[in-house]
Amino acid sequence: MAEKKQLRIATRNSGFIDPENIDSYIAAGGYLGLAKCLGEMTPEAVIDLMKASGIRGRGGAGFPTGVKWGFAAKYASDTKYVVCNADEGDPGAFMDRAILEGDPHSVLEAMAIGAYAIGGNKGTIYIRAEYPMAIDRLKIAIEQAEAKGVIGKNIMGSDFSFDLDIKYGAGAFVCGEETALINSMEGNRGEPYTKPPFPAEAGYWDKPTIVNNVETLASIPAIIVKGAEWFNGIGTETSKGTKVFALAGKINNVGLIEVPMGITLQEVIMEVGGGVRNGKKFKAVQTGGPSGGALTYKDLDVKIDYESLVACQSMMGSGGMIVMDEDDCMVAIAKFFVEFTMEETCGKCTPCRIGSKRIYEALDKITMGQGSLEDIEKLKLLSVAIKDTALCGLGQTMPNPVLSTMRVFEDEYTAHVVDKKCPAGVCSDLLEFIVVDEKCVGCTLCARVCPVDCIGGKVKEVHVIDQAACIKCGACLDKCKFDAIIKQ
Amino acid sequence: MSMLNVTVDGQATQVAAGSAILDAANQLGIEIPTLCYLDMEKKFNQQAAACRICVVEVENRRNLAPACATPVMEGMIIKTDTERVHTARKIVVDLMLSDHPLDCLTCEQAGSCVLQDLCYQYGLEQTTFAGQRNDYPEDATNKFYSRNLNKCVACRRCVTVCSNFQNTKAIGFGDRGFNTHPVAPFDRGMDESTCVSCGNCVSVCPTGALLPKSKEKFRSWEISKTETTCSYCGVGCQMNLLTKGNKVVGVEPLNGAANDGLLCVKGKFGFNFINHPDRLTTPLVRKDGQLVEATWDEAYSLIADKVKATKAEFGSEALAGLSSARVTNEENYLFQKMVRAAFGTNSVDHCARL
Repeated sequence: MAEKKQLRIATRNSGFIDPENIDSYIAAGGYLGLAKCLGEMTPEAVIDLMKASGIRGRGGAGFPTGVKWGFAAKYASDTKYVVCNADEGDPGAFMDRAILEGDPHSVLEAMAIGAYAIGGNKGTIYIRAEYPMAIDRLKIAIEQAEAKGVIGKNIMGSDFSFDLDIKYGAGAFVCGEETALINSMEGNRGEPYTKPPFPAEAGYWDKPTIVNNVETLASIPAIIVKGAEWFNGIGTETSKGTKVFALAGKINNVGLIEVPMGITLQEVIMEVGGGVRNGKKFKAVQTGGPSGGALTYKDLDVKIDYESLVACQSMMGSGGMIVMDEDDCMVAIAKFFVEFTMEETCGKCTPCRIGSKRIYEALDKITMGQGSLEDIEKLKLLSVAIKDTALCGLGQTMPNPVLSTMRVFEDEYTAHVVDKKCPAGVCSDLLEFIVVDEKCVGCTLCARVCPVDCIGGKVKEVHVIDQAACIKCGACLDKCKFDAIIKQ
Repeated sequence: MSMLNVTVDGQATQVAAGSAILDAANQLGIEIPTLCYLDMEKKFNQQAAACRICVVEVENRRNLAPACATPVMEGMIIKTDTERVHTARKIVVDLMLSDHPLDCLTCEQAGSCVLQDLCYQYGLEQTTFAGQRNDYPEDATNKFYSRNLNKCVACRRCVTVCSNFQNTKAIGFGDRGFNTHPVAPFDRGMDESTCVSCGNCVSVCPTGALLPKSKEKFRSWEISKTETTCSYCGVGCQMNLLTKGNKVVGVEPLNGAANDGLLCVKGKFGFNFINHPDRLTTPLVRKDGQLVEATWDEAYSLIADKVKATKAEFGSEALAGLSSARVTNEENYLFQKMVRAAFGTNSVDHCARL
């Protein structure tokens, strides 16, 4: 039997315990971490342990969690906040939802640990309103935790008190960015502001605030109980522990996986993911959602950690992985993701507000066969400038889908503008449907199904498609029983 | 206050903690272009940092930093004059221009438009990123100014000045993405907002998006500026009167101690009376039921005679004085002195108490 590739830390309880019963969580070792912190450890010791474990933020940027907590602990304030970022917005990524629905107490426990470490006593979970089941289970969890005395006043008989509430996001992608999230929680327009000051110094209501992602938080109780050495023994030099990925697209095993950092792309796609669907050739995988980039068939040996993904013009992001095969056009893929960001940009800074629109327009032009080599150069220039000048993480990563696909597939871009062909056969404006004379038996099926009546020919004679009138719907190709129609 | 060492373009200097990179550059006489930067904001972290024109290179930083909103750190090494910086700035201006009409020939703001100046500086005759442009109808519902959002560069100065300085909060930002633009509530006309027509948004607008409804046509280079104190009330707001020939055609606020670059509706827009034909330029005296022009001597004599006669017949308490906020403190002092000493009554007041 093959060696087991998955290792579940953040998702250790999901699917194994009853998420609506706190006793089920406690039976699985729940709230032991918090008890250990309150009973045996000083807040400084908790932060030192977090630093030693090497855990970094799982929401995208990968900032060391212990360092973030250390900053917030440094600032004196009567109130400090722990915020759980559950505004999961990457298309195709749903690990936070799975954790909140399957193991909500692990997040509550970690928030209490964080509050104890930084000297805070208030927590807020910012969750998108489109996650009703997660919200219900969080509410139940908070109620039960309060009844059990693990949340609230004088937790476990200590001097430490911690209160929690829930705030709902209205589905704006940019509100996953921590400063936009804070603006949104305060009732302002959800848009980022320039750091510094960092939230650790002046965040929610200008108080020291730590904003941590669901997956990060879910790992923390396990780290406290099992120790820093256990956690930092997993992963690579700079990226410790495990990461949850959401496999989607043209792959056999679709769904959530949790694997140690440093696993190769080959292992994820071909072994855990079971390879590309229908025996097609693996072409690329979009990692990190719309802000990420494409790792390609040339990158199968890349060890997945924060740094190596950035080196490939991508990023860890929240862990979405959308697999593409030989039938996918990389220009169209880049256009798809840029369209998403273009619609989700808050519009505050010039490069993101107008730049995303111009990148989209250039890609659109190229996929319609109206682009030139000059457009490709402009795209590169614009992409680099936007990365360099945009205000927040959303804008700075928005050109990644363009830059990362150009890194390996520039020939596809060139084919679109020079040969006016889409090599993957996706961009309909660049396609021609042609009748193969030798195979056509003149059955007239194609002519009858054509919605614009552009196929001519008599019964039992070779048919011809009028290219000028063809709308490239592909109905003829689907209908033909003799493989006599091809697209190219 | 602790001082920080910083190097800008190879020149070393010291700045107070809490200074922005822009302050350090200004101190060394190094020019960094700005657009959304609002000098009324005293703290770097209050700047919108939205336009991204002022970006500079900071050693060991991954991306470029906005000079207006990035605080100086000890030992920071900054470069403002590199190809990377110039390319980035040029592209930012180019992007703004791609969503802006090219009607500088007839635009009222020409000559004092920051976008126009930046295009000149970076040699942009037209945009290299031609594409879809926003198309909004002009909003002329306010009595004093008009709004043409097609010329808006979304710098946020108007919203900041309205929310943080005028504290009226009549406008905010609406929509997302490419369509993001300043809006009155529910994206309706300014007349349906809480706007008090102070015109501070008009004063800070870097382009022709917000323009005073002017009775005069003038180009910015035709006018001369005269620094003066607003005469409407006792605050003492500092301002420039803009004159074309011998006629006042506009007012711009100055950053005086009393007003911090702000004005109210009267100071900003209330100057048309100066050249109005109905304006009184000589005293009028009623003769046979008709008001007729008189000399100052005639008018003063009449006042003196009436005061004396009233005082003789009815006593001092039959008299009272009301003075105007439009005269100076010194004149108001003299007026109350006259009422108390000459009229003999303490019944003296001032219109600003009404």
